[in-house]
Amino acid sequence: MKHGLSNLFRHRVLIQSLVTRELKARYRGSVGGYLWSFLNPLLLLLVYTIVFTTVFTPPRAEGADVDPYTVFLFCGLLPWTWFSASLTDAANSLIAGGNLIKKLIFPAEILPIVSVLANGIHYLLGLPVYLIAWFIFKPTGLSVHILWLPLVIFTQMILSLGLGLILAALAVHFRDIRDILANTLTLWFFLTPIIYSRAFIQGLADADNATWVPRVVARVLDLNPMTHIMDGYHLSIFEGSLINWKRLPVTLGVAFLLLIVGYWFFDRLRDSFPEEV
Amino acid sequence: MATPVVRVDNVVKQYRKAAHAHRFLTLKSAIVGGNLFKALSPSEVFTALDGVSLDIARGETLGVIGSNGAGKSTLLKMIAGTAKPTTGKVTVDGKISALIELGAGFHPEISGRENVFINGIMLGLTRREVADRFDDIVSFAELEDFIDAPVKTYSSGMYMRLGFSVAIHIDPEVLLIDEVLAVGDEAFVHKCLDKIAEFKRRGKTILLVSHGLESVRRLCDRVIWIKDGSIEASGDPPRIIDAYLEWVALKEEGELAAGYERRSATAEIGTAADAPGAGGQPPVGDHSEGADGGESASAEGAGEPDGAGEPTCSGAASNEAPYESGRWGSQQVLIEQVRLLDAEGAQHYVFACGDPMTIELTLQANQEVDDFAVGIGVFNTDGVLCYGTNTDIERFEAAKLHGTATVRMEIPALNLIQGTYYLDLAVHRVDGYPYDYQRGLTRFRTTSRIADSGIVRLPHRWSFAGGIEWKKTPETDAKPTPVHKADREQP
Repeated sequence: MKHGLSNLFRHRVLIQSLVTRELKARYRGSVGGYLWSFLNPLLLLLVYTIVFTTVFTPPRAEGADVDPYTVFLFCGLLPWTWFSASLTDAANSLIAGGNLIKKLIFPAEILPIVSVLANGIHYLLGLPVYLIAWFIFKPTGLSVHILWLPLVIFTQMILSLGLGLILAALAVHFRDIRDILANTLTLWFFLTPIIYSRAFIQGLADADNATWVPRVVARVLDLNPMTHIMDGYHLSIFEGSLINWKRLPVTLGVAFLLLIVGYWFFDRLRDSFPEEV
Repeated sequence: MATPVVRVDNVVKQYRKAAHAHRFLTLKSAIVGGNLFKALSPSEVFTALDGVSLDIARGETLGVIGSNGAGKSTLLKMIAGTAKPTTGKVTVDGKISALIELGAGFHPEISGRENVFINGIMLGLTRREVADRFDDIVSFAELEDFIDAPVKTYSSGMYMRLGFSVAIHIDPEVLLIDEVLAVGDEAFVHKCLDKIAEFKRRGKTILLVSHGLESVRRLCDRVIWIKDGSIEASGDPPRIIDAYLEWVALKEEGELAAGYERRSATAEIGTAADAPGAGGQPPVGDHSEGADGGESASAEGAGEPDGAGEPTCSGAASNEAPYESGRWGSQQVLIEQVRLLDAEGAQHYVFACGDPMTIELTLQANQEVDDFAVGIGVFNTDGVLCYGTNTDIERFEAAKLHGTATVRMEIPALNLIQGTYYLDLAVHRVDGYPYDYQRGLTRFRTTSRIADSGIVRLPHRWSFAGGIEWKKTPETDAKPTPVHKADREQP
C-alpha cells in the first residue's frame, strides 16, 4: 500500500496528463467543445425540472424541505452523475487501455484513477451551472457551510476510487461486470436520496402508522455510503447547515477501508491484466 | 567482460490456456465458493519460456532468433517488464526502452504534439525532458507539418515513425527492438538502422529480436537461438545463424516429406480421359480449365508438332490459376517412386541454391510399351515453368520399356533462387498421351543466403577494376556456406 502510494506520487505527472488528455479528447471534434461540460448539466436540469414540476409532483413530507425541487434535485444529481460515470468508466478502463498495459511498462491502477478524476473535473465544471440555477430559483445567499463541500467531494472520490479499482480488476476477468454494473447503478440511484431527501424516508419510517416497507428502506439507506455523501451535499449546499458529524466521517472511514481493500485486490490480480485484456 | 546490465535468471513463463467460455463458469463458482484467486489461477498452462538464463553485458548487441512461437517476444516482454515471469527473476540496471509496439498509447483524437508529451511521460521522461527533445523527435519522424493534427489523421507510416522517434529519444540504457525493422518503408528502415548503429557506438545495450537474419548478422555481437522456450544455442552470430538455418531446413524437409507421402497417397490416378487436357491429347498448359491452354507451360510439349523443341515459360505466369496438383494417365506405365537426391545419394527436399540435385524416378511398366518419353518440369509457386524437358526433346529414341526401370536426371548445380518448387513428372507417348502424369505431387525447396531475385541464378562472378572500392566484400565476410553440407540424416 505504501509502495503503491509513492508509486502514484511518482506518476502524478502522468495522471495529470492522462486526465487532461481524457478531457481534451472527449470534446475534440465537437463544435461546442468545453461548452458541453456546462450544456450537459443544464439540459439535464431542464429535463428533470419539467418532469418533476409539471408532469409528476413527488409527495412531500413534514420536516423535509425540498423546495425549490429543481435545485434540490440537481444538488444530488450532479455528484451522482460523477459517481456512476466514474464507476462505469473505471470498470471499462483496463479493457479500453489494454494497449498501455500490454505494451508499456505502465502502472495499471492509473487507468481507473484517471476515470474517477476526469469525471470529477466534469462535476466541478458543472457546479457553476448549479449556482446559476440556485440564484434563479432560490434567490438567497449561500451558507458558510458550503465550506464543507470539499470534504464531501473528497469522501466521494475515495469511495469511487476504491470501488473503481475493484471493478476494473474484476471486469478484466469477467466482462459481465460491465452489464451487471449498469443495472446495479440504476437500482442504486433509487436507493440513494437524490430524487427524495433522506429526511423524507426517515419521516415515513418514524411515522406512527409506518408499515415495514419504509422502515426497511430507511435501514437500507443507512447502510448505503452514498446516502451519507448525498446527505452531505444536501446539507452543505442546499440546506446550508452543518454536515452530519457522525455519519460523514464514518463514511469516509469506510471509503478509505474500501480503497485499501480495493488496492490490495487490484494488486493481487495485477499480473494477470496484460494477458487478459 | 563488463558487468551484466540485464540479467535473466532461470525464468519460466507460463500462460493459461483456458478458453474464454470456461471463465464464465468460474464467475459463479468464484463468487459462491469464495475462491476467486483460486479460480483465476492457471489450470491448463502453456509454457512459453522454460528456464531461460541470460546475461547481457553493457554495450553488447544481442540478437535473438528462433521460429514463430519459440518464445522470443515473451523473453523480450519479461525484460521490458510488461510481463512478469512465473518463476525466476529478471533484473535490469538502467532505463529501458522497448520498441515493441510503436505508438502504443497514442490517443487518436488528440494532436501529435500532445501525444508526444504523454507518450514521453509514459516512457519515463519528465515533461521538461520531453520539451527539450521535442524538436528532435518531430524532425526525426519528419512530421513537422502534421504535428498539430490529431493522430487519427496520420497514415500508419506517420504513426509508426512518431512512435519510433519518441521511443528512441527516451535515450535508454537498454534498447529492446522486436521486429520493428520489418515494417516501414526502405528509407525509414535505413534511418532506424542508422540510429541503432549510433546507439551501439555510444555503448548502449541493444536486444534485437528479428527474423531478418541479415540484419542480425550485421548488427549483433552475439546471437541466441531460442527454441521451444529455451536457449538452444548462444554465441558468434554466423555460427548460430548457420545452425538455426540448418535446423529450419531440416524441419522444412520433414514437412515436405510428410506432404509428399500425403499427396501421393491421396492422389487418385485418373484415366487419360480425366486429364484436364482430356481425350488423349497432350496435357499441356492445363493449369486451369479453358485457360490459354497450350503453348506455354508443359514439359510434355513433345506432343505438339511444332512447339516440341522449345517449351517456354513466357507469359505463363500472368493469367494462370494457382497450380493444382493431380495425377492422371492410362496406367500402362506407372511412376512408382520419386526421390530427390543430393550428391551423396541421400534423399532430401531442401537444397541449397547451387548444389547438385538428382531426380530419380522408378518406373513400373504394367505392359511393355515401345512408344514412350520421360518428362520433367519444374514450376515455381507462381506457376511459372522454370525449366522443362523430356527425353524426346533431347532426341532419345524410344525402343522398349518393360518391367522396372530407373530414370535419373542429374542437375549438377541447382541454380534456382530461394523458394518452393513443384515438379511435373510424366511418362507418356511421344505424341503426349500420358501413361502416368504427376502434377505438383513432388515439391522441394531451395535455400539461399543471398536474397537475389528472378527465377534462376545465372552463374556469375563479380570483378572490378579501376576506381572502385568496397568496405566489405563477401569474401571478407563470413563465407556463405551452403546449408546442405551439414550432416542431416533423414528428412
